[in-house]
Amino acid sequence: MIEALEHGFMQRALLAGVLVGSACSLMGAFLVLRRQSLFGDGIAHVAFGGIAAGFFTGVFPLWTTFAAAIAGGIGLQKLRSYAGISGETAVAVVLVTGLAAGVLLISYGGGFSTDLFGFLFGNILLVGGEDLAIISITSIAVIAVILPLRGQLLHAAFSEEQARVSGVHVTALNYLFVAIAAVTVVASMRLVGMLLISALVVLPNVAAMSLGLGFARTLAASAAISATSVVTGVLISYYLDLAPSGAIVAVALSIMGIMLARRRLL
Amino acid sequence: MPLTVLEVLDISAGHAGRPAVEGVSFSVSKGELLGIVGPNGAGKTTLFRSILGLHPCTGTVRLFGRGGPDLAPLIGYVPQRLWFEPNFPATVRDIVSMGLVSNRREKAAEHILHSVGHERHRTPGNASERVDEAMCSAGVGHLAGRRIGELSGGEQQRVFIAKALVKDPVLLILDEPVTGVDADAQERFYAAIQNANKARGIATVWSSHDLDAIKRYAGRVVCMNRRLFFHGSKDEFFADAEALRTYSESSMQAHMLEHGGARP
Repeated sequence: MIEALEHGFMQRALLAGVLVGSACSLMGAFLVLRRQSLFGDGIAHVAFGGIAAGFFTGVFPLWTTFAAAIAGGIGLQKLRSYAGISGETAVAVVLVTGLAAGVLLISYGGGFSTDLFGFLFGNILLVGGEDLAIISITSIAVIAVILPLRGQLLHAAFSEEQARVSGVHVTALNYLFVAIAAVTVVASMRLVGMLLISALVVLPNVAAMSLGLGFARTLAASAAISATSVVTGVLISYYLDLAPSGAIVAVALSIMGIMLARRRLL
Repeated sequence: MPLTVLEVLDISAGHAGRPAVEGVSFSVSKGELLGIVGPNGAGKTTLFRSILGLHPCTGTVRLFGRGGPDLAPLIGYVPQRLWFEPNFPATVRDIVSMGLVSNRREKAAEHILHSVGHERHRTPGNASERVDEAMCSAGVGHLAGRRIGELSGGEQQRVFIAKALVKDPVLLILDEPVTGVDADAQERFYAAIQNANKARGIATVWSSHDLDAIKRYAGRVVCMNRRLFFHGSKDEFFADAEALRTYSESSMQAHMLEHGGARP
């Protein structure tokens, strides 16, 4: 254990993992409560289009990815509110739009690259110093914005109508939230890849919500489950030489399974 | 003459081009409990949603003679039934706390009340103490740590009353709040409403299918079926054969027979 922690790449991986895991679980709590669990998947696919656009245009891919993800999040919200399309259908529309745009740009640009593979499946062990700085700033910013708004977000997730009657600016809050969620998804892509993003968003929250706790304790439990999954997953991948993203998700799934079984047995 | 809190003037609203409410007007004063009766589909919920700014409408809604979003912190609303996930991770205290209003909005509302010379009941103490007080007055203080999804329908509705009361509203709007709730729980709910209405002087607009309850608790009655058919004291309403006929010649009678409620 100590030996594993002596490596710089392991230290960076664990720090980045705990930060992103906490931001994802906090943001994910509201996605799950809003019955938009697959939102993360939708945004990750749009972000794929953003990465492809970055490679295609020669702009630093992270910026095009952030821009595409935020645009996708806002587009998703507009589809729901103006076109009257339900949440999950809106996710499907946005998901295929982003993916198709990415595939078109890549085929036009002459095929896949290895960098792209990293974004698809992620590798937390390859997080460099610059990545760690971006991930840390993004995660802390996400947590700093969501925590003061948690009461209003919970109210809107419980009943948008009730929140409106209480004077919450629900429309503005929704747009702000999808933008934050999009930023969180992009920050996590380096860790678990776009294909497993929903695991960090959904699994710790499903596990925490099954504990029967109040709201504040549920958020704390979810962050703790997320951090435990990342740390355990990274260590397992180091010692057993497995893909870290798969190991993190397997640990999160196991914790969720134990929590759900415990609720059934008690 | 008690101060008029809510004035509704010539409100019309519809769904997909079909009128649901046509030219309805009424008013409610401080400490008054106005009962709104009408058959299913009479437009009561649409009327309430229009008053709250949740549904587009024509006409005028005024609180103390004025309109605008600044008034939201002064209105408490309990809808028919709220749907939420059974394992929604919020305790009764979490839910009631959602009703608290920010200091900024609170100050804006207070400014309006001051300008019209209205003194409202203010619960003393900090946010946590006000939540405690609202839970106690709605009779759910002993449930504070329980998850909302674990409670019975009647208990949940009293939690929503507490959530509406925690902001110290001047107007309470209750849309058939005890539909599907058993008789014992209904009595406890009515006691909570009466307490809020009388002890705190909150103007209350309450729609119900239960004419017995309207007879016991309401001061005045509005009877509507898309349009307004009656607006007056409850004694006049229950003595007015035509108003009662308007009410009972509708699908309402079938509902009452089916559910064993009081018949006019």
